[in-house]
Amino acid sequence: MDSAGDRKAVGARFIAPAPLRMDIFLQQLINGLVLGSVYALVALGYTMVYGILELINFAHGEITMIGAMVSLAVISALVGTGVDMPGVLIALTGVLTAVPVCMALGYGIERVAYRPLRHAPRLAPLITAIGVSIVLQNGAMLIWGRQYIPFPPILPTGAHDIGGATISDVQIFIVMLSMSLMAALMLLVQKTKLGRAMRATAQSPQVASLMGVNVNNVISATFMLGSALAAVAGVMVSAYYGLAHYYMGFLLGLKAFSAAVLGGIGNLAGAMLGGLLLGVIESLGAGYIGDLTGGFLGSHYQDVFAFFVLILVLVFRPSGLLGERVVDRA
Amino acid sequence: MKLHHPLLIAICCAAAACGKKEQPVTNAAPVATQAASEDVVRVGSVAPLTGPQASLGKDNENGARLAFDEANAQGLVIGGKKVKFEMISEDDQTDPRTATVVAQKLADQKVKGVIGHMNSGTSIPASKIYSDAGIPQISPSATAIPYTGQGYKTAFRVMANDEQQGAVLGNYAATKMGAKKIAVIDDRTAYGQGLADQFEKTAKAAGAQVVVREYTSDKANDFTAILTSIKGKQPDVVFFGGMYPQGAPMAKQMKRLGLKAKLLGGDGVQTTEFVGIAGADGEGVIASSPGLPIDTMPGGKDFISKYTAKYGAIQLYAPYAYDAAWAMINAMKAANSVEPQTYLAALNNVNFTGVTGQISFDAKGDLKGGPVTLYELKGGKWTVLETVKQ
Repeated sequence: MDSAGDRKAVGARFIAPAPLRMDIFLQQLINGLVLGSVYALVALGYTMVYGILELINFAHGEITMIGAMVSLAVISALVGTGVDMPGVLIALTGVLTAVPVCMALGYGIERVAYRPLRHAPRLAPLITAIGVSIVLQNGAMLIWGRQYIPFPPILPTGAHDIGGATISDVQIFIVMLSMSLMAALMLLVQKTKLGRAMRATAQSPQVASLMGVNVNNVISATFMLGSALAAVAGVMVSAYYGLAHYYMGFLLGLKAFSAAVLGGIGNLAGAMLGGLLLGVIESLGAGYIGDLTGGFLGSHYQDVFAFFVLILVLVFRPSGLLGERVVDRA
Repeated sequence: MKLHHPLLIAICCAAAACGKKEQPVTNAAPVATQAASEDVVRVGSVAPLTGPQASLGKDNENGARLAFDEANAQGLVIGGKKVKFEMISEDDQTDPRTATVVAQKLADQKVKGVIGHMNSGTSIPASKIYSDAGIPQISPSATAIPYTGQGYKTAFRVMANDEQQGAVLGNYAATKMGAKKIAVIDDRTAYGQGLADQFEKTAKAAGAQVVVREYTSDKANDFTAILTSIKGKQPDVVFFGGMYPQGAPMAKQMKRLGLKAKLLGGDGVQTTEFVGIAGADGEGVIASSPGLPIDTMPGGKDFISKYTAKYGAIQLYAPYAYDAAWAMINAMKAANSVEPQTYLAALNNVNFTGVTGQISFDAKGDLKGGPVTLYELKGGKWTVLETVKQ
């Protein structure tokens, strides 16, 4: 290789730091939004349960994983039998199987691990939550094995160009679906009878039950709603990355929980904002931290960066970004 | 211990029966006729025989057993005595702690040498115990750099290590692929980082420019942020030091982001699982693996027929276990002794053509000029590009 050219290239790097390219910036924003809308969907499950029970359901990430695994089992079986169905329809069948399974699972977890401990000290249900999470993880490992399970290539692979950045059909679909599910959830909480009962239970379970609200049913419904959203998120994640694994729920759950805290745990709009924000911060952090620090800090600081923002927000606003509006808690 | 349960008794009986079946070597030759002049040499073989990698472990055990059986059939005379090898097979369960336990067990039984372990993660902790006991250890398949880098005189291996593999990949990218700008990603594991560091060093020395070094983890599956950042720097090649669970989604995301650079990886990527997950997006990915494809090994065809007649299909590393065992036997022959303190020096000087290629060791115990094969994913299959002998 021409060593003079090499030297010139190296020199150029030191003289002028790479200019901010709009297409790259836009691409990072898109990456962040897609990631963030998945976080938001999972974060809603954490925040709904916390809003009503003041309990952190650490098994929620695992429900996402079970959703992905169940749908993949159905999808793989359908693809394996060679049914002549459009890919989108096969994926939809997978989602429609995973949702009821996860709803039943969410109901069962609440019934077995949390309800008997409702009046126990705060720490007890937290421990059972961690226990349930370990049971689900190992159960999935026994059923589906420890290997990574590929998502069959059945979804359309089309992509669109926006100002030099690429966005695929699957990405558009993920963002749209997340947004509509979140909107539907907001409507449900604000406009329906169940939503009113949820809000009442969140404010005071005792008073709500005096007013004729069946608190146990409301809590079960909350768990089932959150689990349904988690199931959808699980399928989206496995379709997006092309694989599923029994361990995938752990990190996703942790990130979504952080998103819920960032937005103000217990607040629905906060969970959505927190999720989207965390996704974008992670993406921009990983993409630019190396350039901004001249290579001193690399992309291995992307999680440090995201959690640094979280700490900073909590120092100045301990209840999270939107955490003050207690009335809106669901 | 009392056995109350009939099932327990049944299991114990079965285990005892298996135990007998496992040692045909000891009973193979009629002992009475040769007892006076025969010297029984105990050697160890360690590999995971239970757990997810059990099939690979059994393959290693069979490879070593085949070599010792052949030596017994030849009726070797070492130090004036007819020797008969007795191989003790142990299971390390791919677990570093179990590995040290079985290593100590073999050391207590005063074996004359050990073929194993199969994984780097088990070979490294066990190597200290063998070194303390002065027992030569030849691993068929541990490739992590630290295995021979600890300064133990007893640690050897018959497969190219990650340093050699990284160097081959670095040279290939800079010269054969003609890459001017390269982006390097590693998963921050000992394996991924070791491979990526060596790759970067060699590629730079060969004239390529490493435009960016990015990092991920061995649990991540979203790489869009670092890949987008890499896209802005327009590299010709993206090198990934890590395993297929990250490599396959990375290949997918590169396609999705319209990143035109070629993805290059090591043996963690060159797996059938990679093909399953990456699907069509994996086409054109280039990855390496230490050693030769079995049908192009010098003794490959012969070995396949010998092995399959006895044990069925070869899984992966059996030829390496076979060569490791013969390296030990040849050293004993050369030193005219089966005692480790005597034949260890001869092990440093062995030089013979094994099934997998020329077997000789450098001062650290690494295979000299270990070949590395490069593969490209074409039509859903890893096809051989070329084999690099160093």
